[in-house]
Amino acid sequence: MAEITYLEAIREALFEEMERDADVFCLGEDIGAYGGAFKVTDGLLAKYGESRVIDTPISEIGIVGAAAGAAHMGMRPVVEMQFIDFIANAYDMLTNYVATARYRAFLPCPMVVRGPSGGYVRGGPFHSQNPEAGFVHTPGLKVVYPSTAEDAKGLLKAAIRDDDCVLFFEHKYLYRRIKGEMPGGDHVVPIGKARLAREGDDLSIITYAATVYKALEAAEQLEREDGLSVEVLDLRSLAPLDDDAIDATVKKTNRVLIVHEDTRTGGLAGEITARINERCFEWLDAPVLRVTAHDVPLPYAPSLEDFVLPQTADVVLAARRLAAY
Amino acid sequence: MARTGTKTSGGRGARRSAAAPPAAVEERDATLSEAQRLDLYYWMRLTRSLEERLVNLYRQTKVVGGLFRSLGQEADAVGSAYALRREDVLSPLIRNLGSMLVKGATPVEILKQYMAKGDSPTRGRELNIHFGDTERGFIGQISPLGDMVPVMAGVTLSFKMRGQSRVGLVYVGDGATSTGAFHEGINFAAVQRCPLVVVVESNGYAYSTPTSKQTLAAQFVDKAPGYGIAAEQADGNDVIATYEATKRAVDRARRGEGVTLVELVTYRRKGHAEHDNQSYVPAGEIERWERENDPITRYLARLRNEGVRDDALAAIDARVAREIDEATDIAERSGVPDALDALVGVYADPPAERPLWYREGQSAVVDVHERAQGWGTYDAPARGAD
Repeated sequence: MAEITYLEAIREALFEEMERDADVFCLGEDIGAYGGAFKVTDGLLAKYGESRVIDTPISEIGIVGAAAGAAHMGMRPVVEMQFIDFIANAYDMLTNYVATARYRAFLPCPMVVRGPSGGYVRGGPFHSQNPEAGFVHTPGLKVVYPSTAEDAKGLLKAAIRDDDCVLFFEHKYLYRRIKGEMPGGDHVVPIGKARLAREGDDLSIITYAATVYKALEAAEQLEREDGLSVEVLDLRSLAPLDDDAIDATVKKTNRVLIVHEDTRTGGLAGEITARINERCFEWLDAPVLRVTAHDVPLPYAPSLEDFVLPQTADVVLAARRLAAY
Repeated sequence: MARTGTKTSGGRGARRSAAAPPAAVEERDATLSEAQRLDLYYWMRLTRSLEERLVNLYRQTKVVGGLFRSLGQEADAVGSAYALRREDVLSPLIRNLGSMLVKGATPVEILKQYMAKGDSPTRGRELNIHFGDTERGFIGQISPLGDMVPVMAGVTLSFKMRGQSRVGLVYVGDGATSTGAFHEGINFAAVQRCPLVVVVESNGYAYSTPTSKQTLAAQFVDKAPGYGIAAEQADGNDVIATYEATKRAVDRARRGEGVTLVELVTYRRKGHAEHDNQSYVPAGEIERWERENDPITRYLARLRNEGVRDDALAAIDARVAREIDEATDIAERSGVPDALDALVGVYADPPAERPLWYREGQSAVVDVHERAQGWGTYDAPARGAD
């Protein structure tokens, strides 16, 4: 079977789920006639029509709220944020309304909010963000952030079928750079399970999304230049976190580096470090280290963006420090 | 733009200053049967008497949180909800106890909810009238105002997508019209031609803020043309006028003609909640509304004028009193929530969170003596405060 891109894998999941379930529909800004800012939804309107592929006003609160209302009535809406940065506009609706609906009112809210996320694309402060941490912090939401085309498809299908709201972060740097061969049949990747991206014995890198590839590049360099055997764990699901997979890699290598593209303070690395501290302290041979973005808004100029975001060389440097500890 | 119903008084001047109650304009209405007109009286009386019972329970510290009254607004809540069919869905606001009762919420549910009982509609998770039931057609509100407008846009979008002949109705106050959610929701619903009725209950105040500090618009119906939608305005203290205006909007939605903004002009005679001393209200204003424009007094006069016998009305009063007494007895017998239920049902899967390690094996953690007194009634029996 031919390989398809990460972006095409997402599109394929949308087509398959809309075909499978008449209650699935898409709504968002410019997703219909235009096919979406990145063309993720290209072709959906022609096949499913305006009632199931809805071009909306520029209204993130309105779109997310309407999706919630439709979801209460048994529909399965898939919302596109044109850029995930704009999800901040819907923060109240997602955290106060959607996330609490089942708990406070026993209202089902099966919906997906998906959108292009992340930097390394010279997008500047409002087309590059990684706002996952705030939502991971919110009980009632699930958050996934795949790095491979196979996971992009399989996790989106799982997200659409999930009975709760799932935020589906798509890394725009990976949209057309990453390809994969889709497994046959009904390919669904369960939410909450990490993926071992590379096996190793000397130290573990725990990461997700685009920095999975920084970690893999660093692992190859470290093997080549230092003879180090580096394990890379791709979390895929950020809420819930796969504690078993995290524990297993910590207990195997005893040295852990956490890498993420999001900013440092309040980022996922802090939470993962705390969990390792609570559950695996006696297994550690070194303090848990982290490589993250600097705590600044993401700037536009290449020299600035490259400096702020974690790079392969940063991962190599941190891994060497960890190995030498 | 269709804009009807403006013949009723109580528009701009009354709302602006909240000083002059609208004059009673009573017109004979032939569309409701006598049984239905008595029905309206029953729901209004039930609303007021149930809230009066809640005040008693609040003063006995049996209501755990705040108490929100709809005194003086019973007609707008009841009359508007009465325009809906069983299969229609509404989303109430904090002064829409009457709307919820019309839609099938029961006094015992309301009482248990206020008293934070374990078998209350939200099992002690949410306060006051923040609860819903999609089967009976009402969806519980949340505290951030305006949020239910987009949600009800989505509820009614689903009606349209499925070709169902159902209508949605969402209540907002004058304050919520200032929110982004109100604007985004009503605009989304307008563009999608959702079968949605947006009721703006203009009651003079949002907490302490008068409507003049909420908007420069002369009246809320003036906002409708900007959205390209129809508008209705009615005297919210006239239950029949309220019913008729809302019914026109509901019929329009059911015919596929989209969203209507219904402005119901009324007056909030109590504070935001029971603790609010209303120090910001001009002297005499509340008393004037109570004296000259109480919706139940007005409606009783109308019913008597139409030949309804006093014994029929007295029978309703007796029924309401009996139902509330019975409901109170039942609600008071209910127990508090099991503490571990706090961890159940955040998600469909996993079905429950695990207790943190320092709570393992515990089913209650805070001794009654550790509770702040201000927490109210939850532990009142143990303090012997009853």
